[in-house]
Amino acid sequence: MVSESLREKYGEMLVELGAKHPEIVVLDADLSSSTKTQAFGKKFPDRFFNMGISEQSMVTAAAGLALSGKKAFVSTFAVFLTRTYEQIRQSVCYNNIDVKFVVTHPGITVGEDGATHQIIEDTGIMCGLPNMRVIVPADSIEVSSVMHHLVEKTKTPYYVRLSREKFPVVNDSDYKFREGRNTVLRDGSDLTIFSNGAMVGLALQAAEELKAQAIDAAVINVSSMKPLDRENIVKYAKSTGHIVTAEEHSIFNGLGSRVAEVVSEEYPVHVYRIGMRDTFGKSGKSWELFDYFHMGVKDIVEAGIKCFQKEDDYEAVS
Amino acid sequence: MERSPSSVGGNENLNNETLSKLSKKAREYIIRMVYEAKSGHPGGSLSIIDILIYLYYNEMNIDPTNQNYEDRDRLIMSKGHASPALYTTLALRGFFPQELLMGFRKINSKLEGHVHRGVPGVETSTGSLGQGLGIGLGMALAGRLDHRNYRVFVILGDGEIEEGNVWETLMGANKYKVSNLIAILDRNRVQLDDMTENVMPMGDIASKVRSFGWDTMEFNGHDFNEIRKAFEFANQKRDGPVFLIANTIKGKGVSYMENTAKYHGSPPANQEEFEKAIKEIRDL
Ligand SMILES: Cc1ncc(C[n+]2csc(CCOP(=O)(O)OP(=O)(O)O)c2C)c(N)n1
Repeated sequence: MVSESLREKYGEMLVELGAKHPEIVVLDADLSSSTKTQAFGKKFPDRFFNMGISEQSMVTAAAGLALSGKKAFVSTFAVFLTRTYEQIRQSVCYNNIDVKFVVTHPGITVGEDGATHQIIEDTGIMCGLPNMRVIVPADSIEVSSVMHHLVEKTKTPYYVRLSREKFPVVNDSDYKFREGRNTVLRDGSDLTIFSNGAMVGLALQAAEELKAQAIDAAVINVSSMKPLDRENIVKYAKSTGHIVTAEEHSIFNGLGSRVAEVVSEEYPVHVYRIGMRDTFGKSGKSWELFDYFHMGVKDIVEAGIKCFQKEDDYEAVS
Repeated sequence: MERSPSSVGGNENLNNETLSKLSKKAREYIIRMVYEAKSGHPGGSLSIIDILIYLYYNEMNIDPTNQNYEDRDRLIMSKGHASPALYTTLALRGFFPQELLMGFRKINSKLEGHVHRGVPGVETSTGSLGQGLGIGLGMALAGRLDHRNYRVFVILGDGEIEEGNVWETLMGANKYKVSNLIAILDRNRVQLDDMTENVMPMGDIASKVRSFGWDTMEFNGHDFNEIRKAFEFANQKRDGPVFLIANTIKGKGVSYMENTAKYHGSPPANQEEFEKAIKEIRDL
């Protein structure tokens, strides 16, 4: 599988869509060379605002722009956006306006920059906000489709989470993102692995290894974290009876929690959650960190096998 | 409160020549650390290193053999990406073995990419900009409540002070007249994307800060005579906080890193650049 950068694709799409949509404005906070909004800034300097290292000013100005008819894309590192949580809540979500937060460098794929930068609680924070919708794309193809969706079909707040690393391309080239719809990347009858973002590629590898253990695992991309595809989750809970979730995020308030909420209401089955287990990250090479925090392919495979063991030694975190 | 160096702790009173030698050694470590880690922030580490060396050898009341004694002066590296500079200074000063420096940013090391409180001598973790001055205010207030004689030094970046949190604390520190709080601005005129003037024109920072009720002084942050004078000024008897503005050069000591955003968060790109950096530092 070829790997491609999601944030590079975001930068390209801003330029492409910006040419057709004069209402698009872009704001950044001194990270435009990393979030890749810089390209838009070069092409459309009048519609690009580098607000300096002033995230609160950036978010409130974006609210003002949106309240005045603009479609505002706001970018910085995921962790630094959260210092404006309350501005996002009051000025953007409560107003229910056209501000798109497209953030980069979440989770442990940040790598060497370390714990301060590796936010693992952001999708939980954002899913909790009324009117906010949350998308975690799995590859560059999905990023471009999501960007069309945001620009052409929506006028309300969104949070889009793009990891720093390049990810393997898992979607077909004609893939179309559909809000509130999961994508079945690999069908299976024994077990379902729900994942998104960085974990999709790992989940696909894990499913391949599980095949060798005679376990037929489905792999489903839950890029639309909110709204959630309840129907698809329940369908696979019923058809496979076992669920593993895998996310580059805390197991609290993330994908695993969301899936568990749905099945516990509609069709309870055992859910094993792979993710950060109530701990901060640390510096290291990003792919080393997956193993360090028990979120690697091997760990997904083990969780899959445990589904079929009577007694398990799964350690719960509370 | 009079700020006289207390008798406890290490105040080495080194001469300029010895300080310069230590700075050179530290600069070399900074380059080696980021090159070995293949990541990290050399530019803003090289701009602040002379001041750090001066503080830890000549100014601060600290004791590497009794690291947590209660009257020690505190230093907060609010621009937490300058971790190579702080870690190097602490190691040279004897807070932990210099061998550990090369573990910087590696998975089995305590030397996290951004300044981390688990490292001996570090008072608080930092890395998200704009928070250190507020933490410093809190420490200064606690020192006053406890009738302790310590001072709190906070190192800020000139891009960093675009954060609202900094200006909120500039107000708060004036309200509470904390005379044991000393901010030091690393005025290197470059931030992450570009020159500070292009990203966010800061204008006359000294007069802005003065209008918030702080005493200020500007000095050359690479000249040990001027650094000495700046801290003499900070130590004068006064009834409020001090804001020292150090005019510095981002990337100072490595020609191709100077005055550019390119090496804000990037190590030497290859062996040739690495060797050039080491040679230039040795020839300083
Ligand atoms: C709140 C926050 N926003 C953004 C960043 C990303 N960032 C790291 S360093 C930096 C530029 C800092 O510039 P400056 O304060 O001038 O530091 P120096 O030039 O001294 O290295 C930025 C934007 C951050 N660490 N924290």
